[in-house]
Amino acid sequence: MRFTKLIILLFTFSFTGIFAQADIPVLKNYVNDFTGTLSGSDENQMEAALRSFDKKTSNQIIFLMNNSLDGYPLEMFTYEVADKNNIGTKENNNGVLFYVAKNDRKMRIEVGYGLEGALPDALASSILRNEVKPYFAKGDYSNGIRSGLNAIISATVGEYTRKDNGKDDDKKGFPWGYLIFILLFLIFGRGRGGLGTMILLGGLGGMSGGRSSGGSFGGFGGFSGGGGSFGGGGASGSW
Amino acid sequence: MKKGLLIGLAVVVVFIIIAVSWYTGKYNMLVGLNESVNQAWSQVENQYQRRMDLIPNLVSTVKGVADFEKETFTAVTEARSKVNQINVSSDMLNNPAAFQQFQSAQGELSSALSRLLVSVEAYPQLKANENFLQLQAQLEGTENRISVERMKFNQVVQDYNTKIKQFPTNFIAGMAGFSEKQYFKADTGAEQAPKVEF
Repeated sequence: MRFTKLIILLFTFSFTGIFAQADIPVLKNYVNDFTGTLSGSDENQMEAALRSFDKKTSNQIIFLMNNSLDGYPLEMFTYEVADKNNIGTKENNNGVLFYVAKNDRKMRIEVGYGLEGALPDALASSILRNEVKPYFAKGDYSNGIRSGLNAIISATVGEYTRKDNGKDDDKKGFPWGYLIFILLFLIFGRGRGGLGTMILLGGLGGMSGGRSSGGSFGGFGGFSGGGGSFGGGGASGSW
Repeated sequence: MKKGLLIGLAVVVVFIIIAVSWYTGKYNMLVGLNESVNQAWSQVENQYQRRMDLIPNLVSTVKGVADFEKETFTAVTEARSKVNQINVSSDMLNNPAAFQQFQSAQGELSSALSRLLVSVEAYPQLKANENFLQLQAQLEGTENRISVERMKFNQVVQDYNTKIKQFPTNFIAGMAGFSEKQYFKADTGAEQAPKVEF
């Protein structure tokens, strides 16, 4: 009895050992082409589209293409990549990884827990089969990738909205900090300091209040994961 | 004399308080771990259930195709009903025999299913049928989810089993009745999701 347990334990360890050997890339961008297939302008355009989609909806769609899996199981690889890079937000688990192994002619859409409803396996497989495969079969990678990404975007667009966006707008729309400072000044500040200084200080308070609430995904930085988790949803395909 | 007794009592009381709070802390940790094992188990169960629910659809689609080998889908139906007879609950995690039975029944179903999906290769009319292809994608997705959830489950159980065996937590685990939980073994063939090229 003890002995079998030990074997199982050893097996589990050797299992994780095998996984650790594969090179799980750390993704820094929304579009990660390690094969040099996409032209610079295509890459920038897709990157911008996926970044603005993330900003609007908080759904993180990441594209990854490399030359080969080197014999590593496809489903294991995409799960590990998606999981290690924390694609999607922690509260909604709304990440998607679109992976292409160019020379293996294999591809997969890996879907986070929170988007399995919007992008079920059947839809993911039909996207690969009907949107991506026809282009890939002709060797037209950039259009295949673009139409795949577009299909994923339109499937997941209504699912979530970025919450802090709304709050952000509110704060910018009305400078509460400013108002409170003026009120405080009117109540307590009589006779101390000049009116002008206080209003100026109040203004600064209001401005910084608005700015600090901005999303961490803003700006032109690359992709950074939000802590989403994956459960093996999605579909695989080949061409 | 009285003073000495009081000090002795105070020491005992302090000792008891420390022991109780230590016990409570460790006990609560074990309760938390036990809960996460149960949670991971229910995820595994969900995915197995999802597979069970998909099978009737698959079988009826395949049945509709003329001259499809009968034995492949009857094997699936039989394996499915065998799984259905097992009373699944989180209690079986503490029962090696029941767990083993559950795992082998599910494993049989996996291999019957993968045989079915491989034999489909010979039927071009199925491979052109969008309805069937989507069903196949759902099934493959479920197989993949099962293996992911099993892996997550094994990790949680490993953590739990290590904790209940570690000194000195093992005393508390023994007193409070936390027993060792079963792992999923990577069994022959069943681990592999049915692979069908299309």
